[in-house]
Amino acid sequence: MSASAVHSLWTMAADPIDKIDAPKIEYGQLSPMLIVIGAAVIGVLIEAFVPRKTRYHVQLFVSVVALVAAFAAVVGLAARGFGTTKAHIAAMGAIAVDGPALFLQGTILLAGLVAIFTFAERRLDPEAHGNRVDSFAAQAGSVPGSEGERAATKAGFTTTEVFPLALFAIGGMLVFPAANDLLTLFIALEVFSLPLYLLCALARRKRLMSQEAAVKYFLLGAFASAFTLFGIALLYGYAGSVSYATIANVVEGNVKTIDPALADTMGNDALLLIGVAMVVMGLLFKVGAVPFHMWTPDVYQGAPTPVTGFMAAATKVAAFGALLRLLYVVLPGLRWDWRPVMWGVAIVTMLVGAIVAITQTDIKRLLAYSSIAHAGFILAGVIATTPDGVSSVLFYLAAYSFVTIGAFAVVTLVRDAGGEATHLSKWAGLGRRSPLVAAVFAVFLLAFAGIPLTSGFTGKFAVFKAAADGGAGALVVIGVLSSAIAAFFYIRVIVLMFFSEPKADGPTVAVPSPLTMTAIGVGVAVTLVLGVAPQYFLDLAGQAGVFVR
Amino acid sequence: MNPVNYLYLASLLFAIGATGVLIRRNAIVVFMCIELMLNACNLALVAFSRMHGNLDGQIIAFFTMVVAAAEVVVGLAIIVSLFRSRHSASVDDASLMKL
Repeated sequence: MSASAVHSLWTMAADPIDKIDAPKIEYGQLSPMLIVIGAAVIGVLIEAFVPRKTRYHVQLFVSVVALVAAFAAVVGLAARGFGTTKAHIAAMGAIAVDGPALFLQGTILLAGLVAIFTFAERRLDPEAHGNRVDSFAAQAGSVPGSEGERAATKAGFTTTEVFPLALFAIGGMLVFPAANDLLTLFIALEVFSLPLYLLCALARRKRLMSQEAAVKYFLLGAFASAFTLFGIALLYGYAGSVSYATIANVVEGNVKTIDPALADTMGNDALLLIGVAMVVMGLLFKVGAVPFHMWTPDVYQGAPTPVTGFMAAATKVAAFGALLRLLYVVLPGLRWDWRPVMWGVAIVTMLVGAIVAITQTDIKRLLAYSSIAHAGFILAGVIATTPDGVSSVLFYLAAYSFVTIGAFAVVTLVRDAGGEATHLSKWAGLGRRSPLVAAVFAVFLLAFAGIPLTSGFTGKFAVFKAAADGGAGALVVIGVLSSAIAAFFYIRVIVLMFFSEPKADGPTVAVPSPLTMTAIGVGVAVTLVLGVAPQYFLDLAGQAGVFVR
Repeated sequence: MNPVNYLYLASLLFAIGATGVLIRRNAIVVFMCIELMLNACNLALVAFSRMHGNLDGQIIAFFTMVVAAAEVVVGLAIIVSLFRSRHSASVDDASLMKL
């Protein structure tokens, strides 16, 4: 018997393995994300191979080029109609390329670019041993106040890793509002959160506070993302798939034939409701809505101020984008269940943000509570469940992000011997000492308060109008009331700056480089343009307000 | 055995992890409890994958493992730097910023 014949006694020929089709990836349509994440990887290589002296310039150059190129790619995609008529789902169902995604990606990229400018600022702190220093620790690994830290400062080390970290965060944020299945959503959430945890820990001054903020942000953020993941698991059990379209079909009861063996899970409403609650909880944590807001004031206060500005603006844009897509694409069939809950969340968010802000004495904590109140206003637009609701939220996010980055950039300028003078009492009489800085900050505060002729007014008007049309009139009344409460503490800061006597040992205002000036200038320009002539941008947001499914 | 039992086990592990996060005071232990929650998610995903007869859940479980590893890298770096500057990893001691 031949060898093969013996072999055939106990084996048989298997069917030839079917060919596995290579996945079809539309690289062109994913180019904004690919450019940013590619540049972040290049940034890591720069840290490894470029000499320390030139790293700062190379990193800054690579980051700015990448963000501008990615923004150009977004504009190109929008111009080719991917935002409106050609909107579709790319990368085998993982990423949506549609109006809201492109609009929010453009916003995140511009906000990220402006934030990178504030990251790169090196003229605010006095020079240390003849080296210009930025807002970040000389060497993050050194113990605060130790010999190692002094040696690192003396040697002129700077943490140029902040540039690739920021790019990774921006890359995750670009994917987050475009994610079209729950797995992509979760991975994007982690990709933008992990770099932010690290960035929070890197302050040059007040390092203990900065590290404390990072630990709090990390532990609470990881806790929240564990909830998100369990929610994802339950939704997967409910629908048998993590793709948004499939889950939406099961939610709406369009799937007729349910396998009897799956009677316990598929279409089980308990899984759906608990799963949705847990996923939404994770997203509300990221936007800083009450009752998941506890981390916001501490992290905003402890993090280096440029990082705070970046985080406050870009995270909110990305997280609201993901929340909108989840509620509008996956769960419209469940809106009678989620709308009442979101009503409650929006109301407490607006009220708690506005009322607690009154008692704050630190400018960064004040802005943190103000950002909580703004999350409540944006939620009012989310609750509308109308096309106007989507476009008003898009507009509000774009307007709000530039004001926020500008306001935090102004906070970096007001300094005393210990670094930034963030206590409100130090800001007394700032208008007498440096009228320009105080006037710019007053513009930002008026925009936060929603005074007409600023972007804040247009945005608030848009979301409240959408909410009222969507049948949430009572919510609008509470929103206007809490805007009035919030206006009180914004105006109080303006009064403090302009109508009180400057103290003898008050802070000085540093003269920034063109980088920070650009950030503040862009903030003021966007605030005024969106306030005075918003029509073009409202139309843009209106056209972008249709999700692909 | 009925795969639903694995879901009960996963929920139980998740609840134990969440309770640990809320009541333990050492940052490292809190972090281990978060990892326990992630592993509970993995168990639930794999159980659902078995029930539905498709592989999505198992693939997500692999992604979760990678995410958990990345989280360990970042989290331990932050917690160790906090420990080195304070000589304590207690989350109660870290209270510079209170109203």
